[in-house]
Amino acid sequence: MEPIKTSTPLLEVDNLAVKFATPDGEVQAVNGLSFSLERGQTFGIVGESGSGKSQSMLAIMGLLAINGRATGQARFNGQDLIAMPAEKLNRIRGDRVAMIFQDPMTSLNPYLTVERQMTEVLELHKGMTRRDATARAIQVLDAVRIPEAARRIRMYPHEFSGGMRQRIMIAMALLCEPDLLIADEPTTALDVTVQAQIVALLRDLQRDFGTAIIMITHDLGVVAGICDRVMVLYGGRIMEQGSAESIFYRPTHPYTLGLLGAVPRLDHEGETLLAIPGAPPNMARLPVGCPFSERCTLADARCVTDRPPLAPAANDESVLRACHKDAVHVMQQAWKSEGAKVKV
Amino acid sequence: MSDTPQQAPLLSVHDLKVHFKVRGEGLFPEKRTLKAVNGVSFDLYPGETLGIVGESGCGKSTLARALLNLIPASSGQVVWMGRDMTSAGPEGWQQVRKSVQMVFQDPLASLNPRMNIAQIVGEPLRTHHPELGNDEVLARVRALLLRVGMSEAHMYRYPHEFSGGQCQRIGIARALILEPKLIICDEPVSALDVSIQAQIINLLKDLQRERQLALVFIAHDLAVVKHVSQRILVMYLGRVMELANKHALYATPKHPYTRALLSAVPLADPKLERGKVIQLLTGDLPSPIDPPSGCVFRTRCPKAFEKCPLEVPPLKPIDADTQVACWLY
Repeated sequence: MEPIKTSTPLLEVDNLAVKFATPDGEVQAVNGLSFSLERGQTFGIVGESGSGKSQSMLAIMGLLAINGRATGQARFNGQDLIAMPAEKLNRIRGDRVAMIFQDPMTSLNPYLTVERQMTEVLELHKGMTRRDATARAIQVLDAVRIPEAARRIRMYPHEFSGGMRQRIMIAMALLCEPDLLIADEPTTALDVTVQAQIVALLRDLQRDFGTAIIMITHDLGVVAGICDRVMVLYGGRIMEQGSAESIFYRPTHPYTLGLLGAVPRLDHEGETLLAIPGAPPNMARLPVGCPFSERCTLADARCVTDRPPLAPAANDESVLRACHKDAVHVMQQAWKSEGAKVKV
Repeated sequence: MSDTPQQAPLLSVHDLKVHFKVRGEGLFPEKRTLKAVNGVSFDLYPGETLGIVGESGCGKSTLARALLNLIPASSGQVVWMGRDMTSAGPEGWQQVRKSVQMVFQDPLASLNPRMNIAQIVGEPLRTHHPELGNDEVLARVRALLLRVGMSEAHMYRYPHEFSGGQCQRIGIARALILEPKLIICDEPVSALDVSIQAQIINLLKDLQRERQLALVFIAHDLAVVKHVSQRILVMYLGRVMELANKHALYATPKHPYTRALLSAVPLADPKLERGKVIQLLTGDLPSPIDPPSGCVFRTRCPKAFEKCPLEVPPLKPIDADTQVACWLY
């Protein structure tokens, strides 16, 4: 690896868009996505199904479905991954950038032993011999706390429990000590106790290896536990982006507020959840204005016709938000509804 | 239980067991028994919500199905409104199912794709009340669909035309049409997006208040269960670990498993979440075919001692609000 200038961010995504050609016409899954990620940071991407959180990351990894097309830039160490030919991309993904998926059973090859699946990566990217690769694979399985790794490496994926399979996925992703790990809902299919183990594991590995993590999730609790910065997506666009503290304690976008109010909490008492009315938008027929305008309680005529630009919040320059309404006004609404939530 | 209403229980379950025979491994496999539900007892009172929580494989869904005899119980007793259902035949259960309905996890898969919404919601009525005329059935279906937040225009459309949240509303309407006393909800919101989940939970709570429904609410999300339930049953490997009032359970969990489970739930608050101490459970869930001797949780329990492998701890009341199955108490 060439030495990397420390001044450039690890990943710079600039105006990323993903379109799918479907029989019903073109569907805009992701639009105008921009963010940057420093080394060793954890970046959370939050949104409901269809918000574009997975497709944006698949686009960066060059893993879009055949009818999908990505435009814009995603510069990883200064090299644009979107425009990169597959051959060159293959040298980066799996090596410098790795991805783990929601369902470990469908992402592991059921016909191959864990050993074969893991050593293949090392032989390909690092040119190791099988013997060295096996030793290294056992080492990494130990690091993700698979008991008796030396014996269990010869087993097949179906012989492991869900939590263990997810550990194996993480181990495979970490084999080459990537600079960036993209985790797409890595704990959604797991029980809470196993989820807590996996999140703790990711946190430890990040500390030990200095890996940057992009965490795609709909679980705000997981975001709160692990992410430095958070981006909230809705209808394929950024609604709000800022530090975890600002998103959780000082949300300025009505959708962020809605999401936080809709989650039942262990640390709150309350009778009625603040449900967001309506349903997520049809991506083939998005509103012309703000994508959230149809469900937003604060929306007016302008929200329906004009799309709000993503701009720094007036009260906090580090927070980017796409909303016509004044941040302070929205936060006052939040305070009112929070009051109502406690009172009822 | 001290604060339960002075009424006869709607449903009483005594030492319910559901065992499955499974093939063993090897060339000459021995028949083995998978103990999915292994001695569960509880009472459910009219109008209350009992939450059932536990990790996957703990037997909570099997328990729900055994309550309705959708999976026959191996032993134990289910008493429905004073009537022992142990020896009841299909006709006896048919009567019970008029007043006990179920809402399933996968909203789309639980609706027949070849029937329109009016047919789906009306079917229980046509089965259990064949005396009702077509107009009467449709009138009731229409009124109920409006109540659960669907519109009249949806009546002659098919399940695939609806979103997950809408399908779950239809499933709830189908469960309500017979005006049941109890609805068993098996993970009714886990397949839904957060914003939709809140809508469905609010709808269920409103309907419960309006119609004096009792709910058995099964979920793996402890925050959701806390939100809807009055009492909560914690299961692990087919057995009840703790049965307690909501406030007692969440404020002072007694069983080490309940504590571990609660501490593992991530809180949507960065300072609390990063500051809290999580009791990580080590190891995996043991196989229900070959559960540990004595207390089934002892292999992962941070407080296990000599007595735990020897004897199964009984579920016993330790105060007015809590019953717990643990040798520490």
